[in-house]
Amino acid sequence: MTATTSDILGIRRPDAAGGPAATDRVPAARLIRVEIRKLVDTRAGAWLLVLIAVVTAAAVIVSLFTTDASGLTFEHFVDVTVFPQSVLLPLLGIMAVTTEWTQRTTLVTHTLEPARRRVVAAKFAATAVLWFLAVVLAYAVAAVANILGAALRHGDGSWAYGTVGLRDTALLQLLSLVHGLAFGMLLMNTAAAIVLYFTAPGAVHLLFSTVGSLKGSAAWFDLGASQAPLTDHSIAGIGWLQLLTTTVLWLLLPLAAGMVRLLRREIK
Amino acid sequence: MILVDQLTKRYGRYTAVDSVSFSVRPGTVTGFLGPNGAGKSTTMRMLVGLTPPSSGSCTVLGVPYAHLRNPGRHVGVLLDASAQHPGRTGREVLSLGAMTIGLPRSRVDEMLDRVGLTADEAGRRVGNYSLGMRQRLGIAHALLGDPEVLILDEPANGLDPGGIHWMRGLLRRFADRGGSVLLSSHLLHEVEVIADELVIIGGGRIVAQGAKTEMLAGAGTIVRTPDVGVLAGALATTGLEHTTRSDGSLFVDASAEHIGRAAAAAGAVLTELRPAGGAGLEEMFLQLTAGAREEVPA
Repeated sequence: MTATTSDILGIRRPDAAGGPAATDRVPAARLIRVEIRKLVDTRAGAWLLVLIAVVTAAAVIVSLFTTDASGLTFEHFVDVTVFPQSVLLPLLGIMAVTTEWTQRTTLVTHTLEPARRRVVAAKFAATAVLWFLAVVLAYAVAAVANILGAALRHGDGSWAYGTVGLRDTALLQLLSLVHGLAFGMLLMNTAAAIVLYFTAPGAVHLLFSTVGSLKGSAAWFDLGASQAPLTDHSIAGIGWLQLLTTTVLWLLLPLAAGMVRLLRREIK
Repeated sequence: MILVDQLTKRYGRYTAVDSVSFSVRPGTVTGFLGPNGAGKSTTMRMLVGLTPPSSGSCTVLGVPYAHLRNPGRHVGVLLDASAQHPGRTGREVLSLGAMTIGLPRSRVDEMLDRVGLTADEAGRRVGNYSLGMRQRLGIAHALLGDPEVLILDEPANGLDPGGIHWMRGLLRRFADRGGSVLLSSHLLHEVEVIADELVIIGGGRIVAQGAKTEMLAGAGTIVRTPDVGVLAGALATTGLEHTTRSDGSLFVDASAEHIGRAAAAAGAVLTELRPAGGAGLEEMFLQLTAGAREEVPA
């Protein structure tokens, strides 16, 4: 300890030397850097990121050779990246908040930063950085594919792209990431969160698409149905309200419940 | 400096930690002793803010742990050496800690060196570590921020005799430089050599605490006699309880003079009569913790 403090008699107090009050808290930027590193420094985390990159590229390449030449536009290629990414980004969200519980490294994480809110905020920020990179990657791969499409297959090659496309793409990926975070927060267990993530929305979808009397209201409760107009860039009016409703039900409620659980639970 | 005051943790009707109070002063090593399930780990988790107490309070360096800014700079904590991601290397585990606390990368190598993990071992995944290596890594992690206080839960678990000897030296030097050490163990002899103060817990309650030297001095007498029946009768009539040890000698919680007089009056021949010392503490430890365990409601 280099910092020293003295009491009024000028006697150095060992406990006060560079004591708790003399130290700064761990800056948020540092917590976020640590959380990003935790996402990439294990085999599971690194492979997931590689998988996101590879699958994004693969989807675009497949589309490059299977879509009609007239349909080969920048916007088309961007849309092609949405589905594979929205399957994998939630896994990133789940793992970001569950791995530490499953491996019990929360013991270390929360003794180094006792403010649980700050740790969670850092985890969210860390996944947001990777979400941003995933979206950037989607656009970069789509741009390359569009050039190749025009050159190799005499594709349309149109670069026309509106803010609507950007908004819908970024929002869809963000929603799927937050969905993963929410289920991860709620269950705090990697396997359970992944299973529930892939089965629960499907079960609700099945319910609303088979029970006749429910069909009309599907878009208010079925996550996929409410997000469909976002996928084909046709969302408007009541569609936004339906999207908001399913987002509250499927994302924000589990997230809030998970947050309450985190703040109260015992860390063992 | 650690202060624990009337700390209590209840799980439903079960009381895991019951009104526990003790302190750890700078410059001392305090051994926190008790059998498995006595409440040691729960107490330590409450101390570092991971488990909310039902009642009571505890402070580290004068404030509740959760109020410490950058606690890694002040308190070194090792609660479970096995609670590490098996896929990370030892070096990576320390690097994450150093990054969080805000320490230069060189600190990681210093600590690896300090706990005797080679560059080769540090590069291996923790999943391939022996328990002893994990303990060394955990101690390195606790020491990263050059703390004033160490809180270590069963750090000697899995260490070989050489490792235990090394850890004793390390903790002694840490305390001699003014640090406060709280270390738990379920084995008396592990902490008996190193601890200045002992806190013995059983069934969630403190059953004995104090300076080790005083506890050793007042820890009864060992007596050996060929006339066990005669001596046992004499002791009973003077109101002294005894326990028979595995080697056939008796342990009595009384002074040698008391026992000698009782034996002389009854005409029992004594072949050995000495202060119990460490053996007495062990006897007390076993008795107290066994007694406390029976009191715990199922």
